[in-house]
Amino acid sequence: MKLHLWRRYRFSASHRLHSAQLGEDENRRVYGKCNNPYGHGHNYVVEAAFSGPVDEATGMIANLADLDAFVEREVVEPFDHKYLNEEIEEFRAHVPTTENICIEIFHRLTRFPRARLERVRVEETGLNSFEYAGEPAGATHE
Amino acid sequence: MVYLTRKIEFSASHLYHNPAFSAEENRRVFGKCNNPHGHGHNYVLEVTVAGEPDPATGMVLDLKELKEILQREVTDRMDHRFLNYEVPELAGQIPTCENIAAVIWRLLEPRITRGHLNRVRLYETPDLFVDCYGEGNGAGAPAGGGR
Repeated sequence: MKLHLWRRYRFSASHRLHSAQLGEDENRRVYGKCNNPYGHGHNYVVEAAFSGPVDEATGMIANLADLDAFVEREVVEPFDHKYLNEEIEEFRAHVPTTENICIEIFHRLTRFPRARLERVRVEETGLNSFEYAGEPAGATHE
Repeated sequence: MVYLTRKIEFSASHLYHNPAFSAEENRRVFGKCNNPHGHGHNYVLEVTVAGEPDPATGMVLDLKELKEILQREVTDRMDHRFLNYEVPELAGQIPTCENIAAVIWRLLEPRITRGHLNRVRLYETPDLFVDCYGEGNGAGAPAGGGR
């Protein structure tokens, strides 16, 4: 039986969309108000799906206490109430769009030892969300 | 291929307890879900059926028929029940979201005679849910990972 266990988490953080590869005018044109040098924030929602055999003794793909502690340590604690551009190493080099946040969270959660990460979905606001399921076998991701 | 999704809600109680574990192990593994008196949730079930619309009716399957199937197979069995004791399909299993979703898949799959069951999504709370795709025989692309 193919099952995915989904769990939802939240964090609030600020960011600024600004690319070192673009000029000041170009940054303003591309990112609009998201380019405000002071940054701005969102209440992010993260959903992560895991698969694996259901343990007959517990009825679970993964014990939620283990999963919650892992996600808290890898994502919620480092991201919550932070300025992503400065305080997450990955976003010193890459623009913290929700696309890139989604990919970064996916990479962090693949390390969960007790189940296989299938997909990550991140809501920046209730009106837009992004999903990442890794790259197809054989493809490379920059 | 078109995917149609119908949503229902049911409320039920359960507890997690494995008789093969000691009392202490049950408390350690299952935490507050091991409370012997049980506790409850408002479950939300989303059932997705995939198929081609019938040229004569424009429907993959009649939603009225799906509504009746869900009422009979899920609501009548599980709504306002203590899942451990009152749902025979869950006998001998811990009634986790994983196991309930798999039971619902097995109940619904043979009843869907137009199109085919593509996904069962069961929310135990808004923050915890399970998708079931059956035996994953690869029939059609899965419905979107999002809503």
